[in-house]
Amino acid sequence: MTSTGKAGDRRDDTGDDVRRRAMGLLAVASRAELEAAWNGLAGKPAARMVRGPETGLVMVRGRIGGGGAAFNLGEATVSRASIRLEDGTIGHAHALGGDRETVRLAAIFDGLFQQPAHRADVERLLDVVAARLRREDEAQARQTAATRVDFFTMVRGED
Amino acid sequence: MYVAVKGGEAAIANAHRLLADRRRGDRALPAIGIGQIVAQLGLAVDRVMAEASLYDRSLAALAIRQARGDLIEAIFILRAYRTTLPRFGYSRPIDTGAMLVERRVSATYKDLPGGQLLGPTFDYTHRLLDPSLLGDEAVEALPEREDTGEPLMRVSDILAGEGLVEEDGGLPEGHVAGDLTREPLEFPMPRDLRLQALARGDEGFLLALGYSTQRGYARSHPFVGEIRIGMVEVELELPELGFAVPLGRIQVTECQMVNQFKGSAKTPPQFTRGYGLVFGQGERKAMAMSLVDRALRAEEFGEDVVAPAQDEEFVISHSDNVQATGFVEHLKLPHYVDFQAELDLVRRMRRDYEAAQNTDLPEAAE
Repeated sequence: MTSTGKAGDRRDDTGDDVRRRAMGLLAVASRAELEAAWNGLAGKPAARMVRGPETGLVMVRGRIGGGGAAFNLGEATVSRASIRLEDGTIGHAHALGGDRETVRLAAIFDGLFQQPAHRADVERLLDVVAARLRREDEAQARQTAATRVDFFTMVRGED
Repeated sequence: MYVAVKGGEAAIANAHRLLADRRRGDRALPAIGIGQIVAQLGLAVDRVMAEASLYDRSLAALAIRQARGDLIEAIFILRAYRTTLPRFGYSRPIDTGAMLVERRVSATYKDLPGGQLLGPTFDYTHRLLDPSLLGDEAVEALPEREDTGEPLMRVSDILAGEGLVEEDGGLPEGHVAGDLTREPLEFPMPRDLRLQALARGDEGFLLALGYSTQRGYARSHPFVGEIRIGMVEVELELPELGFAVPLGRIQVTECQMVNQFKGSAKTPPQFTRGYGLVFGQGERKAMAMSLVDRALRAEEFGEDVVAPAQDEEFVISHSDNVQATGFVEHLKLPHYVDFQAELDLVRRMRRDYEAAQNTDLPEAAE
């Protein structure tokens, strides 16, 4: 079922962007969010581990002056997992930190995301994660905005 | 010289048990949790992550607990741990311009786009001990204000608009960023490698060097163009997918130091820059790093190298506190044989000296 033209379509630029967004949200999904989505699945898909789950390092790069040549800032722990669903679909997940169970679940959802029959289930999870992120980011932005300095100028001397 | 001597196993084992006991301290008090260290001693955690050069708050907190709060020991433990992990790859460079900012201040422009955002700062506190923190008083509800949504333009871009500041630091076409975790240090080194070393350098050492430049040892007339703290996305290029996937966000602190430069035969008068970037919330370190980065560019600008902060080999060779503590602290390990040899030598020299004194004495008496 993955060898249809449709699956091929997903590898074009737009398809990559869609998958990239999904993988980005799965990378920041909490264990609780992933487990809730897993428990909510009607039938539990069988998934075989292809790689990991394992924890390693990614060297994080910065840019000189913010936008210049790249330099190596330091490493971060990253956990990753790859799974194979019964129909052969491969799911990958990478996330900062050392939580291997979370990336194992995320990899399964990445696999399910590529299956048209399951995409809606994954989209529901992605919506939950995206909504939480938006709430958190907006709250932080409002808290930060409250610390913005409003300068006022004292007029003095003759006019 | 080291000679293998057996013995001390029981003493060492018992010393480590004693350490575990003292680390736990008074059993009538609850043990401190890793989550509590991350949440309530966050800046200690950030310092350990920055100087261990490993971003992982839980591991850094664990290292702090294990080290009884000795931050250099914690950094050492975390550095050692990183060597046990495989390297998955290099991230795409983070984009600090797209940061979710929680603090942003500029000392050069009062009214800059996005404004001055103080964030969670110690600045303007009175540095008076706060007895209310002896207990667990409820924290006031947070004030909020509508976010303007105005993009936070980089101060360096504002200055660049006038052409009065050098560009973000470039390196020659095709230059691959060096990695000092993979290659031995060689001097002189390109700026990218220096920045990697400074980013993991000891905050106290860099602070002192930065301070020395302000006091006249390689004066560089610095202004804080901008400090920003916040979250940036980390992305990893995955060959199996053919695109870069986001891994999540990390917190970083960036300092853009702007320095006066009178120009040279080749370059018109303009502002030059020093750059600081560290893991977590580490403003003092980022500022010190940017001062030292600028000082170390002396030769690039044809400035005389006259001060310690300008001496690349001196600064970079001594900025790593794990190396420094290893070499300083090894002095307490057994040097019995070395010392016996020196003792013997000093005794012989003393005999010779005394013999010379005795032969001189009769002459003096004459």
